[in-house]
Amino acid sequence: MAGDVVTMAHGGGGTRMQDLLRDMIFPALGGQTLDAAEDAAILELPPGTLAFTTDSFVVKPLFFSGGDIGKLAVCGTVNDLAMVGARPLYLTLGLILEEGLPLDDLERVLASVAGAARDASVKVVAGDTKVVERGKADGVYINTAGVGVIPAGVEVSITRVTPGDALLINGYIGDHGIAVLKDRGDFAFDVALDSDCAPLAGLVSDMLGAGRVHALRDPTRGGLAAALKEMSSCSAVSLEVDEPAVPLREEVRAICEVLGLDPLYVANEGKLLAAVAPEDAAAVLEAMKAHLLGRNAAVIGAAGAGKPGRVSLTGEMGSSRLLRMPSGEQLPRIC
Amino acid sequence: MRYIDEFRVPAAARELLREIDALDAHGTFMEVCGTHTMAISRAGLRPLLAPGIDLISGPGCPVCVTADADIDRAIAVARKPGVILTTFGDMMKVPGTEDSLASASASGARVRVVYSPLESLAIAAEEPGSQVVFLGVGFETTAPAVAGTMLEARRQGIDNLRVLSFHKLVPPALRALVGLDDFDVDGFILPGHVSVIIGSDAYAFLPVEFSMPCVVTGFEVTDILQAILRLLKMGASEASLEVEYARAVRPEGNPRALEVMSQVFESCDAQWRGLFTIPGSGLAIREEFAAMDAGTWEVELPEPTRSKGCRCGEILCGRIKPMDCPFFGGRCTPDNPVGPCMVSSEGTCASYYLYSESDGPDERGEGADIGR
Repeated sequence: MAGDVVTMAHGGGGTRMQDLLRDMIFPALGGQTLDAAEDAAILELPPGTLAFTTDSFVVKPLFFSGGDIGKLAVCGTVNDLAMVGARPLYLTLGLILEEGLPLDDLERVLASVAGAARDASVKVVAGDTKVVERGKADGVYINTAGVGVIPAGVEVSITRVTPGDALLINGYIGDHGIAVLKDRGDFAFDVALDSDCAPLAGLVSDMLGAGRVHALRDPTRGGLAAALKEMSSCSAVSLEVDEPAVPLREEVRAICEVLGLDPLYVANEGKLLAAVAPEDAAAVLEAMKAHLLGRNAAVIGAAGAGKPGRVSLTGEMGSSRLLRMPSGEQLPRIC
Repeated sequence: MRYIDEFRVPAAARELLREIDALDAHGTFMEVCGTHTMAISRAGLRPLLAPGIDLISGPGCPVCVTADADIDRAIAVARKPGVILTTFGDMMKVPGTEDSLASASASGARVRVVYSPLESLAIAAEEPGSQVVFLGVGFETTAPAVAGTMLEARRQGIDNLRVLSFHKLVPPALRALVGLDDFDVDGFILPGHVSVIIGSDAYAFLPVEFSMPCVVTGFEVTDILQAILRLLKMGASEASLEVEYARAVRPEGNPRALEVMSQVFESCDAQWRGLFTIPGSGLAIREEFAAMDAGTWEVELPEPTRSKGCRCGEILCGRIKPMDCPFFGGRCTPDNPVGPCMVSSEGTCASYYLYSESDGPDERGEGADIGR
């Protein structure tokens, strides 16, 4: 199908659409429950509490270093499930395609959805495809919804941070936002930097096995700053962060400096912020470091009994400042 | 990239702080440039300095000093049929008399955020049916790139690129400031990036005519501390111009950039927001490039309203600090800015707000938890 593009007919519900499903979408996501061609997926669920979430993806460019919109759409939803301690099981995939999108691009995106789903051990069980006129969308928009199950005994909640809890992060911050920005080609930044986009459910499972994890949050849009502020407000605790302890690549710091961005506010797609009972912090950190997605994990601060919603950062110079909730977006269309 | 780190070493900064303390001197110094204000705020430098040393922010944020009327003109130009206005992102939320570019864009004006003027040229090439107007806001750091883009447009025969030039020049503004009766500053921490272009000689008049100690300064914490140390040692009696940022700044500046700039622009009087009209402090497009000048277009502008009570002007002159403005942190926040100083990433109020140690206007002083 080299050279072919998406046409309005691909979304028309007729034969062209059937062709697209039969020739491209089902094979790409093959071996999964999707190809049953029923109107709805019929699912078996293991015992536990159901977790259910949805997210939409409009990233520009569609393909960037370290990922693409397909991988992002799987990881984003899987990670939202993982942040409440759920084991992700099933996803839906809603595609909004722009007329004129090369079918080769669609094939790459689908292959990447399939790969990420495999890595995250989830199945794509239902989907929908619509086509809009050229100029009415930006290549592909994707919506995914996800279902997971929280095993008995797991209680992870953004409201459960307790004074004394240690704050941990699983690696370098800001990679995703800066990688996407770099790949838009607006700047001549000649650096090798990949998005951190990755499914975190496996890492979370290892962490839950290692100690009492009270709360998790993935610092996506709004970056680590927003995640810290949300955790602090929702749990009615104060948080103290040691800024030099926050893992930050020199490349990301340098680019942020040039552009006047604060890396604390730059998006991540494969990071989690965890609040862990202080006695278990060392064991959880060790479990994180043993996992591929947590090799650069670090303890970055602690929860305190100060004013709820107050996040203070102690800088390299030893003076402290308060973190503010980000205003609007630093960078548009990054996820 | 490694280059930066050498200038970040906290031990070196601490040593400089000790040296400053040992002088047991006092002084009020103005950091002219918004990038300095941001660096000082981010490092939490102000509370670390001895009590007698005060740093105040100057008019060095280009977004902040853009006059209401100029913002209104940009919005009116963006609303013209067939126009695409390109701008740096910082300008989007800046409030004009009635609207901002962001609200104009939401209601149908074609406004695109760019990171460099050259991007506007690419858009002009892609959209031959539209007039692409670049909103030129910035100091001597930005103006050469805009001039270069205009020359490039001419070279490539791209005839639908236009520019609104609200560029400003730093030395005439400093001359106007030091001439104010109530200007009470003991020395200038002069901008690094601007000086790379215009050269340190451009400030020679400050110590000579006004006995004003000056240090051209880089942007790392140790650079700024070095500058403070030098200013304290200098004192008004031996006022001179020193270059701390010698690794980047030459006395004569960057002749190529200056030449490109003067090929396209000539100096003109310009209104600085909250201040006044400063002679020779703006850049107008030369007659030869008049066809590219969107500043001469006829547009309908809203009636200027009386002051909104925002004290930007006094903050930009160093008369008051952001916390002294009744709106700071209350009615005026980055989400809901009353004035541009709260919008720009280099704005004085934004930097004080984002990096302050207190919780807001009601609890000022409560959060002074300094870790030294």
